[in-house]
Parts: sequence; C-alpha cells; structure tokens
Amino acid sequence: MSTHQLTERPSRSTLFDGLTRYIPISATVALLIALYLGGVANYPNFDNPQVVAKLFIDNAPLLVIAVGMTFVILSGGIDLSVGSVMAFSTMACAWLTVEAGIAAPVALVLVLAFGTAWGLLIGAVIHYFDVQPFIATLVGLFLFRGLTLQISDTDVSMREIEFFQWGMTHVDFGNVRDGGFWLPYLSFVAFAVVIIAFVVLHYTRFGRGVYAVGGSEQSALLMGLPVARTKIGVYAVSGFCAALAGILAAFATKSANPLANVGAELDAIAAVVIGGTLLTGGAGFVLGTVAGVMVWGMLNTLIAFQGNLSSWWARIVMGILLLAFILLQRVLARSGEKRRT
Amino acid sequence: MNTYAKRLMWPVIILVALIVVNIAATGIDFIIPTVNDGRLGGAFVNILRRSAPLLLIALGMTLVIATKGIDLSVGAVYAIGAAIACQMIIEAPDQTALGLVFGAVALALVVTAVIGAWNGVMVAYFGVQPIVATLILMIAGRGIAQLITGGQIPKVQDASPFTELGRGSFLAVPLPIWIAALMLIAIALLTRKTALGMLLESVGGNPEASRLAGIRSKGITVLVYLVCSLCAGLAGLIGAANLGSADANNGGLWIELDAILAVVIGGTALLGGRFFLLGTAIGVMIIGTLDDTIINVGLSSQWQFTAKAIVVFVVALLQSPEFRGWILKPFKRQPDAPAPEPAPAEEVLAK
Repeated sequence: MSTHQLTERPSRSTLFDGLTRYIPISATVALLIALYLGGVANYPNFDNPQVVAKLFIDNAPLLVIAVGMTFVILSGGIDLSVGSVMAFSTMACAWLTVEAGIAAPVALVLVLAFGTAWGLLIGAVIHYFDVQPFIATLVGLFLFRGLTLQISDTDVSMREIEFFQWGMTHVDFGNVRDGGFWLPYLSFVAFAVVIIAFVVLHYTRFGRGVYAVGGSEQSALLMGLPVARTKIGVYAVSGFCAALAGILAAFATKSANPLANVGAELDAIAAVVIGGTLLTGGAGFVLGTVAGVMVWGMLNTLIAFQGNLSSWWARIVMGILLLAFILLQRVLARSGEKRRT
Repeated sequence: MNTYAKRLMWPVIILVALIVVNIAATGIDFIIPTVNDGRLGGAFVNILRRSAPLLLIALGMTLVIATKGIDLSVGAVYAIGAAIACQMIIEAPDQTALGLVFGAVALALVVTAVIGAWNGVMVAYFGVQPIVATLILMIAGRGIAQLITGGQIPKVQDASPFTELGRGSFLAVPLPIWIAALMLIAIALLTRKTALGMLLESVGGNPEASRLAGIRSKGITVLVYLVCSLCAGLAGLIGAANLGSADANNGGLWIELDAILAVVIGGTALLGGRFFLLGTAIGVMIIGTLDDTIINVGLSSQWQFTAKAIVVFVVALLQSPEFRGWILKPFKRQPDAPAPEPAPAEEVLAK
C-alpha cells in the first residue's frame, strides 16, 4: 500500500468491483431490517404500515438533498450549502407568493431555476478556478443563510396560499384505519427524484461520467470524457435538489423558518456515507442513499416511540454508525489489496 | 522572510481597511483602548477579547491544515469542553472552591485531548480521510455534550472563579487575550525555533516522502490533532466562562467554519505545506472586526452571514492561480511577448 490516505485511493482494490462492493449496502439494509424488527418487538403499534410510510413523509426533503449530495460525493466533491439553499428556497417560496403576490407555480419554477443556476455557478467556480469544493460551497452556506435572514428573521406562514395544500394531499393505500397507509404527494415527488437519479446515474452518459470523474479525474480527462460538464453538472443537480427539497419543506410545513435545516448538509452527508458511497468518490449507489436516509428516519422513529429519550441520541448513534461504516470501508479496501498482491 | 511578507500583505491591507471604515463610522475611539476599573476596554479590545476562542481554535486548525488535514470537530469539542467543566462545577456543593475549578478545567482539557488523539489515530493509523474522520465527531459531538449536561444548560454562579477565565483580567489586559496570545507565542516558538515546524510542513507536503526521510509522520499527525482539539476545549472553557453557562447546541456553532476561514484568509493553503500562524491571527481579527463593522456602518446584523460569504468568495478566488490568470489577462499586453513587468514589481515589494 503506497499511502495511508484515503484521498489517494489505493490503485488496486476489490471494493469497487465484484460482489465486495455490495457489502456496505448489504450491511445498511441488514441494519435497517434489524432496527425495524427491534422496534416491532419492543413497541406496540410499531408494525403499523404507517410507521414505514411516515419515514417517507418526514424525511422527503432530506431524501431529496441526500440524492443530490450522492451525485456530488460520487464525483469526488462535497456540497456544504444544501441546508442553507434549502432554507432559502422555502423562504423564497413564501416571499414570492405571500409578499410579492406571484402565482405559486411560477414561484416554484423561479426557485428551482435559481437553485440550479447557483449550482452551475459554484460548479464553474470549482472547476475553472480550481477552488476546493469545501470552500466554494461554504460560500453558499453563509450566503444563503444570510439572505434567508434578510428576507425575514421570523416565521412566514404560507397557509393563505391555496396551492401549498397540494403537497400534503394524500393517497390512501388500503383502509388507513385497518392495515392500510397513506402517502402525501410530496413523498411521490421524492420517489420520482430517486428513480430519475437512479436511471441517470446508471444508464446515461452523464451518470457514468460522474463515476469516472470521481474515480480519477485525470483518467477521465485522458479518456476524453467531458470532465467540465460533469463536474459543473453535479453541483447543478445538487442545487436543483436543494431547491426542490426547500419546496417540499414548504409544502410540508406551510411556513418558512429562517433557521430551518441548520446542519441538514451533515445529515445528508451521513446518510450518503451510511448508504455505502465512498466519500472520496467513484463508488456508491443512489439506492444506498435511500437506505441511509431510512436508517436516520428509523432511529428518530425509535426514539419517538421510546418517548423518554432525547432526539440527540439519533445524532450520537448516527456518528457511531458512520464510524463503523468508514472502518468497514477501510477493511474492505485493505483486504482487497492483500488478495491482489 | 520575503514570501512571508508577501503572504501577509493582503490580510493586513484588508484588516487596516476594515479598521479605517470603523474609525470613519464611529470615530477614533474605536481603536484607542480605554481603561475602566483598572482594565482595558474599548471597541477594539472587546473585539480581541471576543475573538480569543476563535484564535485558539484557528491556531490548532493551522497546524492541522499544514499537515494536509482538516478538523471539522472543533465546534463539537468546544461544546464538550464547556459542558464538562460547567457540569462538574454546578454539581459541586461549593462552586467558589478554587480546587474544584482547577479540577474541572483539567478534566475538560484531558477529555478534549483524548478526543483529539482519537481523531489523530483515525487519520494516521486507520488511514481515514481527515474530513471523514472528524465528521464523525462533528455529527455526534454535540449529542455527547447534551449527554453530559443532561439536555439542560448548566449555569455557573457568577461568584465562581471559573468565570474569571472569560471575564477576568491580568495587568489590565483581559485574560482571554492573555491565553490566546500566550498560545500563539508558544506554538510559534515551538514550530519556528525547533524542527517541529519544518517536520509539519514536510508531512503536509508529502507524508510518504517524509516517512522515508525518517520522520515519524504518524506521531506528528496524532500530536497535531491532539493540540487542535486541546485548543478547541480551551476555547470552549473561555467561551463558557464568559457566558457563565454551556449551551451544548449553540456553543461554538459554526466556529469550525470560521476557524478554517481565518486560516485560509491568513494565507495557509488548504492543500497543506507552508503555514502562517501570524496570518491566521490576522485572519481571526478580520473576522472579528467584520462583525462589528457591519453594525457600525448601520447594516442589520443579518448582514453578517452575507458579508462573511463575500469574504470567503473573494479570498478563495484571489488564492486561485487560475482566477488570477483569467482576471489579469486583459492587463497583459501581448501574450507572445514575455512580459517584463513582474520583475520590477518584485523589486518594489522587496524594498
């Protein structure tokens, strides 16, 4: 092994091919099932299907930003600005519709276009000026938190706007009172994002480019892949996802809080890593991210069912899981090297 | 010394500009320290006093960044250090006992040092990327601090000597400024008067080559993270002593980002290698002054984040060679003729 840094990934490893690459995600899924069964065994009513459905209601915005984050991390970058962009989008929705009186659909399109444009800009800064992603997206973290506070430093309600009722309109599956469950439209939006992301990552040129750039930017460049377009593209995807997550949050709460989603970027990064994506880029799955978000949601659900535990336990457990998964990735990478050499 | 002066030029110019703006807005009193009740006061001294925790953390961060690492956990460690000391003091029957305060401070520092060593071991021995290794504690650390305080905000009595750490003064100079200045001098002496500084830059430049050259790079990496965490714990103690309480959720929130920002403003590249402790100190002063400037020129405090974002953006772009090349292109006369201008400019700087 030439170096002990993950930044320069070992040149030979089976973590990225063969069956070994499914070990982290299998562990996540196993953990998820264990958490669920543990909940069913310990708490009455935990086997209600609505418990699982609720994971996708409460965590729909987190799921969307985590999907965007998956693109960025797969390409070897990081996006710290998603929490702030998300809060800004919610606030912008509220301001555009309540204060400026713009029709809600137009406002949504504006917000989404703005999020994407911001991603393009920051991606261009990262690529063309060779600024570290960490620093470049830090600008977004501060800038959008500041702009959100400047629009309003108190809650803005969007209850008056008819349009925002749409998100929580729900579809019933079976009899809700008896073994059925319901999902609101905003969960379906999150599912659609996941499916589109899955197809884009695995079956399009752009998606393969993301993996290639994350694996080795130099090699991707030498292979003639459009590195510039790919690197800028992933930040645009992340910006779009953050704006969309902000809109989903607007649907879910019908109000905009200037201090909402502080630290959401950390939750998203943690979910992505627990979902089996390497933070150094080049390897991972968008469906793993879904599992990671579900683990986060399941932990919170268990804490809610327990009743006497504080929500910060979720953060502690998340940290421990992160540790376990990072060490697992190290062990797999090292054993892969041993077998080959 | 020439490269050092050149690196420091921009931060010093920015700091002077900020101070001039403040003097223009509030008068010369801004910079002149006043003496109240035998201790220094005044706007600028207060900025320095409030910036002391950030300076401590930024100094540790400079060392970590010099080894090509980064420590995201300092904000959480700040909260843990504050929580341990405050909780231990409020649980004691007599909060004014001097021994108790020393015990609490020592315990907090030992625990934060252990946390730092853990980060260092993860990076050096397990080979985990620094950003990932410290992310774990960044996520879990505030939860641990909550665990220590039991979800409450422990409030230390004003009579306890512990609060002196943040509010007291020695020879008229506030104690936080003393502590931060002593730490700056200690680290500067340790790294510039011994071989340690060169070893650090060597490890940051190329860990593998350093190891082959006979440098125990793993031990140095662990030491650096330990010092950084210790600085963060000390900063947490000062912050908590100043407030008289430890808020596990909001104490030191985003201080890691401010610290990284200060290091970058000070001219230390995130890529490791050369580091500039004095530059970091100036960077911290710029960040501290920036907050006051916004209020003094009549903008609302909500502008703080926006202003900080603009500073990060400008600094990041100025440090990018690609950006400088792009922005300076119109000023270069002919692309094919080798420009003779840079040479005289060098001489002017040298003078």
